[in-house]
Amino acid sequence: MSALLEVHDLRVSFPDRVAGRIHPVDGVSFDIERGKTLALVGESGCGKSLTSLALLRLVPPPGRIDGGSAVSLDGTDVLALKGDALRQVRGRRIAMIFQDPMTSLNPVFRIGDQITEVIHAHFDVSRQDARAQAVALLQEVGIPDPAERLRAYPHQLSGGMRQRVMIAIALAGQPELLIADEPTTALDVTVQAQILELLDHLRQSRGMAMLLITHDLGIVAGRADHVAVMYAGQIIESAPTAQLFEHPSHPYTVGLFGSVPRLTGPVERLTPIAGTVPPPNAWPEGCRFRPRCPIKHPKSATMPPLLAVGPGHAMRCWLAEDER
Amino acid sequence: MTWLAGRVGQAIITAVVAVILAFFVMRAAPGDPLARLGDEHPLSPRQMETLRARYGLDQPLTTQFTSFLSGAVRGDFGTSIEYGRPVTGLIIQRLPASLLLGGTVLLITFALGSWLGALQAVRSGGRTEQAIGVLSLAAYATPSFWLGLVLAWLVGIVWRVLPAAGMHDPLLPSDATFGTRAVDVLRHLILPAVTLAAVNIGATMRHQRSAMLHALREPYVQAARARGLTEPRVRWHHAFRNALFPVVTLFGLWLPLVVAGSVFVEKVFAWPGLGALAADAVSARDYPLLMGITVLVSLMVVGGALVADAAYALLDPRVRRA
Amino acid sequence: MALGAIVLFGLLAPLALPDPSAQPDIISGALLAPSALHPFGTDQLSRDVLARVASGARVSLAVAAVAVALSMTLGALVGLIAGYVGGAVDAVLMRAVDGAMAVPRLFVLLLLVAAWEQMPLVALMVMIGATGWLGTSRLVRAEVLRLKETDFVRGAEALGARAGRVMFRHLLPNTMGPLLVAATLGVGDVILLEAGLSFLGMGVRPPTPSWGGMILDGKDVLTAAPWVSIFPGLAIIATVLAVNLFGDALRAATDPRET
Repeated sequence: MSALLEVHDLRVSFPDRVAGRIHPVDGVSFDIERGKTLALVGESGCGKSLTSLALLRLVPPPGRIDGGSAVSLDGTDVLALKGDALRQVRGRRIAMIFQDPMTSLNPVFRIGDQITEVIHAHFDVSRQDARAQAVALLQEVGIPDPAERLRAYPHQLSGGMRQRVMIAIALAGQPELLIADEPTTALDVTVQAQILELLDHLRQSRGMAMLLITHDLGIVAGRADHVAVMYAGQIIESAPTAQLFEHPSHPYTVGLFGSVPRLTGPVERLTPIAGTVPPPNAWPEGCRFRPRCPIKHPKSATMPPLLAVGPGHAMRCWLAEDER
Repeated sequence: MTWLAGRVGQAIITAVVAVILAFFVMRAAPGDPLARLGDEHPLSPRQMETLRARYGLDQPLTTQFTSFLSGAVRGDFGTSIEYGRPVTGLIIQRLPASLLLGGTVLLITFALGSWLGALQAVRSGGRTEQAIGVLSLAAYATPSFWLGLVLAWLVGIVWRVLPAAGMHDPLLPSDATFGTRAVDVLRHLILPAVTLAAVNIGATMRHQRSAMLHALREPYVQAARARGLTEPRVRWHHAFRNALFPVVTLFGLWLPLVVAGSVFVEKVFAWPGLGALAADAVSARDYPLLMGITVLVSLMVVGGALVADAAYALLDPRVRRA
Repeated sequence: MALGAIVLFGLLAPLALPDPSAQPDIISGALLAPSALHPFGTDQLSRDVLARVASGARVSLAVAAVAVALSMTLGALVGLIAGYVGGAVDAVLMRAVDGAMAVPRLFVLLLLVAAWEQMPLVALMVMIGATGWLGTSRLVRAEVLRLKETDFVRGAEALGARAGRVMFRHLLPNTMGPLLVAATLGVGDVILLEAGLSFLGMGVRPPTPSWGGMILDGKDVLTAAPWVSIFPGLAIIATVLAVNLFGDALRAATDPRET
């Protein structure tokens, strides 16, 4: 059975005054199985948000998705879709929730209207039916008094509630895949857990797949089936969650975990990773993590490909070769 | 509500300052207010004395000022030198015509201007945007009286499609129905309204364009797209609605400015409003009348600003006090 | 945009330069339609309209230049003082400016020209200039408030700069950018204002040629000889458009925030 979403060699480029063109997303590949969750982890600036936008063809101009990229949703080539066909995917088969619910909701419309708008856009239903569905959705995301809340404006709700509304809107299209871009970053710690629980529950009850984008490894454990770690536009390690947590292999991943790598070679203990993520127009030749890497493999002047480390576990590091 | 009271208080102070300034500006200019009166019928020194006393011009400046203020507060701006009637009455008589013209111009400017401005933002960087932009700049650069003359000449005289002067057809029978009268006024309204609107539309467009550009970049626009909504809906329902409302609140500001700007247009089209009255008052050096109109317009400006602020506060659901 | 401005300036420059036929009176015939000899035709006093438009250009631009220079100076002064001194001085000044801004500039000028019998040209320039500094003062004040907290101002203060005087050496140059843009756009407004006043017979007085006055003259013969009014108007449009395009280009070049 093929995966629900297959992304192959996705490349997003932007024009740059200095370098001509830069590629904040540079050859990203991953699959998401039906009903499973993939977590895309990385620091800010690594290209994970842009990747998710590319899946919905929402890359902001003047950026564009480069040729050679392939995004396939259950056999449909998303990158070739136009107009109505594209709109059939957006919100309907793939839905997205964004980081800041305050700015992602239109401040001058009631939330009920914003939900029913999506329902009407994708389904041919009467106004009463749409309204009833909206109430049901609000209930499903755990908002008390849903019928009353329909008439509320975004600013009248708390941050956690707004995020629930966002989720409700996303679910209105009954999507097969939900992309959650930093869904809890803008929320209080206590609320974060609730939202994640909610997402989990919804995923299971609806059989949705989920792409969870975050910089926080902590929320990944126990919630994602697979994890892919991104750095400087590339996936540098991917593995089933348990595998990754037990055997983090790429020096960057190790650094993220702050633990001692179990690889050969003398290494210092890592706590914060020195340096910062380089911007796309300043990426070094070869391995992009090299400047910050405590190991600096002799072959790293050449870009390492994704090499197998274990079953379903790969990393973009020459160290994988040494293991064998 | 205390905020509103504060704003009203500010507005009152501003209005008072404006009136005081207007008074002193006028009195400060050299020249004898009554000098022109002697043009038509030569006046003897004795007659001048009487007139001077009647208009209070023989009093010291401070006395003139206090009597002016006390009169102003009561709505009495003295007697018009040219018409010999109370200024206030003259103003009230002419006010409706100006409001009609001003209101119509505002409507046109707003409807057309907000659409064009938003269009510019949506087609940003393209040739449409630039073309519209240059056209609106050219319109702004056009003297309103010249445009009025040209339109009056072309449309009114050469092509004879619309009347070129006045507000009513003097030949209309006195028993004409309200409908006929209304249509007649409307026909007379078109040219002056179009002239004034053309010259003023640029500013509205500019505001709308910038508000729309801002709105289009907001996260909720992208979020709306991500939900599969059509592009026109995203632009015109979501973004435009947000961009519209800073411009709508400017309504209060625009009306008085339009009335002020109508001085030339009303003169050219002989539209019986305050603008033409002011233009005539200038030629006739009719100070009381001019002062009265100036004070009224200034008050409208201050009032308009207040209305604009209040509208902003009331209309923005975010700011609305629950 | 800048290209358009340059093109328009190119068209206008020959008009604005001192015209050799400084005497606009050519007795060849009144109200002649545009022809090779008189590209803009002649008016009712047999004067070549093109030559008058050219002379009018000089007058209008001169008025605009002087008036704007005055406005900018006054505005900068008030803005600097209000912004830098702050406190009660600022409050009073800004209240006064607010009040003054409530009276439309046109009306103030109308009041002034009505009072002054035979206003000489210089007085007109001064009047227009003296009524145009309000907006500029707000602009300058805003810039000063912004710059007040920057390091180089603090540094100068720490070095014991003499009360305010040296501040004007530091702050003023930095407000030049917005000031220049405001000045350029102000020129356009002044040209329109002066033309309007002249059209009412209250601005530049005949026989000094002015665009507004020419349009007024042409009003009487509009049906017979529309060119008398039309060409001065076109000249106004072209000039103000060129100036505004230039000002816009200037603003785009100096203010990175504007999109």
